[in-house]
Amino acid sequence: MNWKQIITVYLKELKDSLRDRRTIISMIVVPTLVMPLLMFGAGYVMTKVVKKAKDEATTLIVLGGADSPGVLAQLKAEPRLKLVEATSDFKKMVSEKQVRLAVEIPEGFEASLKSGAPKTVTLYHYEGEMKSGMGVGEVEKFFRGLSERTVKTRLADRGLTPDLIKPFEVKRQNVAPPEKVGGNIIGGLIPYIIIILCFTGAMYPAIDLTAGEKERGTMETLLCSPVHRVNIVLGKFLMVMTASVATIAFTLLSSSATILLGGSLLMGGGKAAAAGAAGGGSGFIPVIDPAGIIGVFAMIAPVATLFAALLLTISLFAKSYKEAQSYVSPLIIVVIMPAMMGMLPGVELDAKTALIPILNLSLVCKEMLSGVWHWNYIALIFGSTALYAAAAVALCVRMFNREDVIFRA
Amino acid sequence: MIVAHQLTKTFKDKKRGVITAVSDVSFACQPGRIYGLLGANGAGKTTTLRMLATLLKPASGTVTVAGHDAATAPEKVRANVGFLAASTALYGRLTAREMITYFGQLNGMGDEAIRARIKQLADELDMHDFLDRRCEKFSTGMKQKTSIARTLVHDPAVMIFDEPTLGLDVMTARSIVKFVRECRNRGKTVIYSTHVMSEVEKLCDTIGIIHGGKLVAEGTLAELQTRFAERDMEEIFVKSVGGEAALAAALKD
Repeated sequence: MNWKQIITVYLKELKDSLRDRRTIISMIVVPTLVMPLLMFGAGYVMTKVVKKAKDEATTLIVLGGADSPGVLAQLKAEPRLKLVEATSDFKKMVSEKQVRLAVEIPEGFEASLKSGAPKTVTLYHYEGEMKSGMGVGEVEKFFRGLSERTVKTRLADRGLTPDLIKPFEVKRQNVAPPEKVGGNIIGGLIPYIIIILCFTGAMYPAIDLTAGEKERGTMETLLCSPVHRVNIVLGKFLMVMTASVATIAFTLLSSSATILLGGSLLMGGGKAAAAGAAGGGSGFIPVIDPAGIIGVFAMIAPVATLFAALLLTISLFAKSYKEAQSYVSPLIIVVIMPAMMGMLPGVELDAKTALIPILNLSLVCKEMLSGVWHWNYIALIFGSTALYAAAAVALCVRMFNREDVIFRA
Repeated sequence: MIVAHQLTKTFKDKKRGVITAVSDVSFACQPGRIYGLLGANGAGKTTTLRMLATLLKPASGTVTVAGHDAATAPEKVRANVGFLAASTALYGRLTAREMITYFGQLNGMGDEAIRARIKQLADELDMHDFLDRRCEKFSTGMKQKTSIARTLVHDPAVMIFDEPTLGLDVMTARSIVKFVRECRNRGKTVIYSTHVMSEVEKLCDTIGIIHGGKLVAEGTLAELQTRFAERDMEEIFVKSVGGEAALAAALKD
């Protein structure tokens, strides 16, 4: 190993890559734009659509209810509800989204409120359709209110207090500190995104620096120089690492900027999308432990090493850019699978999962972002990943020394 | 100087089994002389030269370049070699100056030495007009000049040319031939492979004819003419490889 030579190779590769449009796009442009576009673009549209759907009055058809004029009048008086006449079959109108739902008021409903024999109000809705779901919520709220008022009246008629049917209250109180809540909400997502970016950021430079050089005929020129091949590989490897880390850094920077600039907008959209009809639109920025972010970066280092070395090894084997792409692209799935598993509920960090590369990172990052530091697991994961990475680098150097790989015809 | 002793190189091929690309080849090239390696496509020229430049390791036999053993000191061998082949391209996104500088650095030269050397080479090769333009936009002639400057930046004692005129226009090819001759005049050891008969006649002091991985004939042009009783290089070549039928059979493989 000769650091001067390694640095010479590295600096040249860096200069060369920064002049390559494809690398610039995958290393700087995409990571900088993807988050703002996702959050502002998709988030904004979502918020708008949801808000519009909520602001619109719920259109509904009332079936029956001729002998319940009081209830009908209350329904009509409700500002959030808009009663329309059925022009055709009500089921058809609901499924064709002409109205959000249909309400069937049973015969003698109003009379039953006084006499006490319970009747059933049926809501005909479109399962899974957002607007219909919102409409059902509105109408149910109305009938719940009616039910409560009826109960109160009945109790009062009998000279009883409302406490009789409400012997106690249940109240929820969050005790987790805000950063833990934030860590849990987006702690699963952050490592997932970082792992994927770490891989895709390294992909293009890795191909360009090996198969690309072979294809353009510069590999042989480089090998003619007196530099030992180990130093050439390590210089190239550092460049791929740089691309990988730069991709993550640009993503994190642009994401934090996006969150700071448009947090309320983002979370309004995100929460409404997650909670559907019941979603509120209040601003909410999850608090994340800064130490967690540093921890994630530290843990990602061996994984970036692993990815860089593996990608270099695989694309070195290819004769051309295209061949390398067809080897590397399917690998994304291999990377995404364990990263996604880390987001599933019930998959927790233990001695076994701590040894599975990528999955272990996904799990430990989630914990670190919510402020939980299992030092023994962190050491185990860092150590095992560093071992895998070292093996991958050794393999890469070995491949570079194999003439049947370098001069593969 | 270069001494190749009983060089043999085998490759494994999935379909055809073990292939012997070069078999028991020995020769020596002296400083101030051009050794021409003449052979048809697939005769083993490139493999032989790659072994001399330590890009490939021989299965058996030894190579000594400028006093260094290729097996034990490949880096020292390469530090003394300028290797120019049709397959050694330039980095398209670097300028000619950056390209030459890079190879100067890889050869362990200091910034000042590199700057002076580039000035000298650019004067000699008339490169000043395009020195700071990117190689990807170059004409073939400009590329060739840059490649030559790249091989010469560390002023190697040994020059290895592997079919350097392949696919070039007449003017560029002529300038290469002129340049090879200059290398000889400066006292460098030169080895030159080609399948163009006229280049061998004009250029080489010693000619080695390689066929099917074996060195089948060696000598000066006059010696070969006497041995095969022919004046024309092409006729000498065909006779040396065992007639047209043998040549056709070898090219078929």
